Amino acid sequence: MQAPAEYAAHADVYYVPPPSIWPIVGSVALLTLAAGFVMVLHQMAAGPLLMALGAAILLVMLCGWFGAVIRESLSGKYDAQVDASFRWGMVWFIFSEVMFFAGFFGALFYARNVALSMLADAQLLWPGFTAAWPTAGPGMKTAITPVEAWGIPAFNTLVLLSSGATLTWAHRGLQRGRPLQLKLGLALTIALGVLFIGLQIHEYGAAAFTIRDGIYGATFYLLTGFHGFHVLLGTVMLSVVLMRSLAGHFTPARHFAFVAVAWYWHFVDVIWLLLFIFVYCL
Amino acid sequence: MNSDAIALDDHSHAPSGVMRWLTSTNHKDIGTLYLCFSLLMFFFAGALAMLIRAELFQPGLQLFQPAVFNQLTTMHGLIMIFGAIMPSLVGFANWQVPLMIGASDMAFPRLNNWSFWLLPAAGILLISTFFVPGGALAGGWTMYPPLFIQGGIAYDIAILAVHILGVSSIMGAINIIVTILNMRAPGMTLMKMPMFVWTWLITAFLLVAVMPVLACAITMLLADRNFGTHFFDAAGGGDPVMFQHLFWFFGHPEVYIMILPAFGIVSTIIPTFARKPLFGYVSMVYAVASIAFLSFIVWAHHMFTTGMPLGGQLFFMYTTMLIAIPTGIKVFNWVATLWRGSISFETPMLFALAFVFLFTIGGFSGLVLSLVPVDIQLQDTYYVVAHFHYVLFSGSAMAIMGGVYYWLPKWTGHLYDERLGKIHFWLTAVAFNITFFPMHFLGLAGMPRRIPDYALQFADFNRIASLGAFLLGASQLLWLYIVIKCVRGGAPAGNQPWDGADTLEWTQTSPPPYHSFVIPPLVK
Repeated sequence: MQAPAEYAAHADVYYVPPPSIWPIVGSVALLTLAAGFVMVLHQMAAGPLLMALGAAILLVMLCGWFGAVIRESLSGKYDAQVDASFRWGMVWFIFSEVMFFAGFFGALFYARNVALSMLADAQLLWPGFTAAWPTAGPGMKTAITPVEAWGIPAFNTLVLLSSGATLTWAHRGLQRGRPLQLKLGLALTIALGVLFIGLQIHEYGAAAFTIRDGIYGATFYLLTGFHGFHVLLGTVMLSVVLMRSLAGHFTPARHFAFVAVAWYWHFVDVIWLLLFIFVYCL
Repeated sequence: MNSDAIALDDHSHAPSGVMRWLTSTNHKDIGTLYLCFSLLMFFFAGALAMLIRAELFQPGLQLFQPAVFNQLTTMHGLIMIFGAIMPSLVGFANWQVPLMIGASDMAFPRLNNWSFWLLPAAGILLISTFFVPGGALAGGWTMYPPLFIQGGIAYDIAILAVHILGVSSIMGAINIIVTILNMRAPGMTLMKMPMFVWTWLITAFLLVAVMPVLACAITMLLADRNFGTHFFDAAGGGDPVMFQHLFWFFGHPEVYIMILPAFGIVSTIIPTFARKPLFGYVSMVYAVASIAFLSFIVWAHHMFTTGMPLGGQLFFMYTTMLIAIPTGIKVFNWVATLWRGSISFETPMLFALAFVFLFTIGGFSGLVLSLVPVDIQLQDTYYVVAHFHYVLFSGSAMAIMGGVYYWLPKWTGHLYDERLGKIHFWLTAVAFNITFFPMHFLGLAGMPRRIPDYALQFADFNRIASLGAFLLGASQLLWLYIVIKCVRGGAPAGNQPWDGADTLEWTQTSPPPYHSFVIPPLVK
């Protein structure tokens, strides 16, 4: 057929992958994982086993699925339009993550600025309770000693900000065709990520309160915990990108996997800055 | 367009056997999966509704203990919303969005399949709660603490099921957004897109924005239940009302997630059968966008009785009333599309016209409920039940039925039985009103929702509602028969059975080739 000139840009066919086993494997994995988790929560013996099985299936699925994507990418099946799909997809995924954290920050602000003053007003119920943050709530007698912001958290801020810089440095190396700079930058970023997680675990161990200590403990651990989990995921993804860099998968022009992980890492960075301000400092 | 017929040789025909469905990367197959799954769930949750109405047929406790009755109402709501309405609309998006924008498939075909196959996983978890110690979820679909925190193992299972549904929705929504932004045929600018595609673009945005907030809220529930946190416990400095804020920040956009694609379906059907272009296309687009924006700033109108500063009550009352303006624009435009059109009344058109009329009733009762002093009287009465069934059944569900009749000839290649379709329509429309219109009166008279027993003075209207409900339920079996009959055979539909239709899917054969628009068409 004669392709009109107007769609010369679209003349190459958008790559539609052949049938794939991985999505259904992923569903089985999540179902197993969820069933196992419920059993763990209710102290049933088979729970941990089922969870481990689910996690193993999930791991196989992730390797298989991403393996297929990498093979397709390397064999040149992805044109500029597919590349644009991946970019849009990552942008909207990060937006959904932003909304996820927005919910937890919203809970923190609500608890501090709305619920606390209402509880302090309920003098008939809890005489003498005053609206002071941090608090474990009027019904609990625990006094909260918060984590000192200008100790480990401030240092961790420095660690994460530096990791953003090393990652950008690695990206420069990739764009300018300096493989050593790329690999070194990535390795440094991963090391800083691991350092951050290590310090965070240390901080948890040393903290004078637990997740059970009222609203302060609950918001503190859920916010920092989910952030830490995201750092962990980011570190794993960076490690995959490093391995792919070692395998020579990326060219200065085409390296979306690197860019996607970098976007994710910077997002996690920004969340930490907000955490540092609103959870640790204020 | 000749290019439509061109398909890739290596996988131009459908794979066969069960693996076709388990491993599909084809938007039409996955759309079919979504639609079949949602039909199954529609009948399951519908059966629960029949049990509810059977118990309410007369005062006193006949069939179920109150605890079981609570399970029925909760699971009816949860499964209808997450298992029937939402998946069926995603099914429409899967089938129609690529066809209407001239794309070869969805942007992420494998992810698309995962979005679907997470639904049965979540469905298994949800339905399994009927068989666990303590019984199924009974705290209402809104999952409010502290009741939700006190329940048994079913509640943990449900939280994880909703998490999986959320993952499915977010991935599905991202897929739809990227498909629309990146896969449109050359020449199809945003403002040339069919209205259905516009409504789904905005719906998908709402999904990506609010499903994570629901995930957040139910994660806190899970933590309060199992890890000793005090998010929703006042003694620990938390607040049960905080859950309601988080939930309805998700929940109000959620109701528009269920209605906006229905608007899109109706905006497609009415111009076809009025044989006129949609009146006020641009204002329709802006109206949908305004409704989506407003949905983020009205959530607390669900919580007027929790106690709220006067300023908050006024703010949420006025923003809620504002929604009537873009909605009114839409209703006006649908009516103006009909004005001086050459109207014919095939089954899809009947459903679309009933939608305009009945959804407007639901919209007006919503306006009544937006008034704080009235809402405080009507909170948790059957007036609310009547209101949201007018927007969800005669709104979403009847638009979905109309859409199924409208596109079945395209999907199957066969014409459905028009006579039976019309019978199904009239049975549904009449039975629906018999069922739900009396609930307005029951609510105004003070009958509370979610209670298995009621005072004697409510008996007559309840009996009418129950009889209507049984008729409504039975009528849907006729629908099932019509759909199955159409899938299995019937008069050939031809490429374009509706002569007023002008969107791209009608340029394809019926059913369309397994891979359509492999080379994108040119849109002028």
